[in-house]
Amino acid sequence: MLRRNTIERSMKSFFFVIATASIAILAAIMVFLFAEGLPIFETVSVTDFVFGKYWYPTFEPPEFGILSLIMASVLVTAVSAAISIPLGVMTAVYLAEIARPKVAEIVKPVVELLAALPSVVIGFFGMVLVAPFLQRVFDIPTGLNLFNASLMLAFMSIPTICSISEDAIHSVPNALREASLALGATHLETIVKVIIPASISGISTAVILGMSRAIGETMVVLMVAGGAAMIPESIFDPVRPMPASIAAEMAEAPFRSDHYYALFATGVVLFLFTFLFNLIADYVSNKYRQVGEASL
Amino acid sequence: MDMERTASETDLFQTDRRKRPMEKDSPFKKMAGAGLRRRKALQSAVFFLIRLAAVINGAALFVILFFMVKNGIGAINWTFLTQPPIDSMTRGGILPCIVGTLALSLGAIVIAMPIGVASAIYLNEYARPGKVLRLIRLGINNLAGVPSIVFGLFGLALFVVYFKMGVSIAAGALTLGAMTLPVIIGATEEALRAVPDTYREASLGLGATKWQTIYRVVLPAAMPGILTGGILGISRAAGETAPIMFTAAVFFTPVLPSSIFDEVMALPYHIYVLATAGTEIAKTRPLQYGTALVLIALVLGMNLVAIVYRSHLRKKMRN
Repeated sequence: MLRRNTIERSMKSFFFVIATASIAILAAIMVFLFAEGLPIFETVSVTDFVFGKYWYPTFEPPEFGILSLIMASVLVTAVSAAISIPLGVMTAVYLAEIARPKVAEIVKPVVELLAALPSVVIGFFGMVLVAPFLQRVFDIPTGLNLFNASLMLAFMSIPTICSISEDAIHSVPNALREASLALGATHLETIVKVIIPASISGISTAVILGMSRAIGETMVVLMVAGGAAMIPESIFDPVRPMPASIAAEMAEAPFRSDHYYALFATGVVLFLFTFLFNLIADYVSNKYRQVGEASL
Repeated sequence: MDMERTASETDLFQTDRRKRPMEKDSPFKKMAGAGLRRRKALQSAVFFLIRLAAVINGAALFVILFFMVKNGIGAINWTFLTQPPIDSMTRGGILPCIVGTLALSLGAIVIAMPIGVASAIYLNEYARPGKVLRLIRLGINNLAGVPSIVFGLFGLALFVVYFKMGVSIAAGALTLGAMTLPVIIGATEEALRAVPDTYREASLGLGATKWQTIYRVVLPAAMPGILTGGILGISRAAGETAPIMFTAAVFFTPVLPSSIFDEVMALPYHIYVLATAGTEIAKTRPLQYGTALVLIALVLGMNLVAIVYRSHLRKKMRN
């Protein structure tokens, strides 16, 4: 009996220790990013790094300002959100409210498979097929630009937005739906005035996580965004978002040179962006948790 | 005028159903009718847009698949799948890439599976609601949100440089394992939650301890769901490029890996290299499509199996 109890207790501690692995990895990521990124600030001040407009890491003397990279990331994410939020949320409404169950059972796996497509394949698709198409249709110098990257990113974040929103809409109690319909509201009015407000916390979480996925996505912006490190003036200008800059330059940056440190510091900025997105998503989903009718 | 109005007012009180259309003359009824028609019309219009959105999403998948299959199928033959690239990667096959991707994704799952399953067991079977649980969940959610390129930087700094593994399968698999962990935890938790509490109560009621219950009752019942999560994890790891760029993958290596400390070629990285930095980008286009098609077949194949199997499990669970 004593032995059994000892085993029981040690099993529980064992599983607890392993469950903290995720936190340990997250902490290790932060430690190593900062350890390899912070040395750049001995050369450049934090303000010059974040707000500097010129990214010429291989020039003599080099310039390490990542404002154009940050702007590129933010703009690409914003434009992709303008596409992915309506499409993602509308598809979620379709799946949860409008589609017949049989149809939904086919459409859902399709959306899940869209999420499963490797990012390099979407990048390749954007590069060899969408870019020439855009170039011809809009008569622009290059199809590899902000808009193309945003379009590809949108289709990568739609599955995230759609599936989390759909869960939120599904968990709205049927009583609310029935009450609204019984008062004479049409199905659309019920969706807009009752169901979406009741599930808005879940939908917001979905949108934030979708945008977080878009800002951190690497291969698509590396292959499709065009790569020019400048602040874009039009939606058809080529840009160089942060992940693309890191991925493209790390191989050529000498080990522990200023350039290497600057790329890690860019990684820190990128990490902070997504970390913030995730914290907000977590806060929203906990603070405004759907608790049945109480959430209205 | 007066006469007409009186006539229509009296009509309102008529019970004869055939005369009902006359009600339309009532100003109130007219408003209500038009309003309802307008609301219904608006609904049809908006529902059309919503259906269109769903169609666009579905179409996106099929358009991508269509072009990849159409352009890639011609490149695929036995030589392509079983030979290494030759002539500066302008001809030949992709065998080293297939081997490398399999080694990396299997390595990742071997690392992530035990940790992920054990984490999920703690979260679902042992943990009580509270600050600690909240913190662990926050950690997992944030780990799931870390950008893939940041995992690459992390793997480079920790495994390649600090642990001196060099650019190798081991470093790449560890990096991919860390990235896959949240996927495994999520899938395992779902599988554990689907095991009815009556199973646990029956086992505990027979005098089994908690651990015996988990080991002998809960885990076997959840096993299919856990394996599904494993398949999804492998396919996720197989398709990733950014985490292995600095940790495992190289442009070209003529030999197949012989140890886990060898560098490898990998399908996703090979596509990127051929499409952006190869010696003859236009000439190797068929090879790029072919490689992309092999990767898609590998990843979507595994996903399809997992999705179909999971929806089968969910249905079984509901009944």
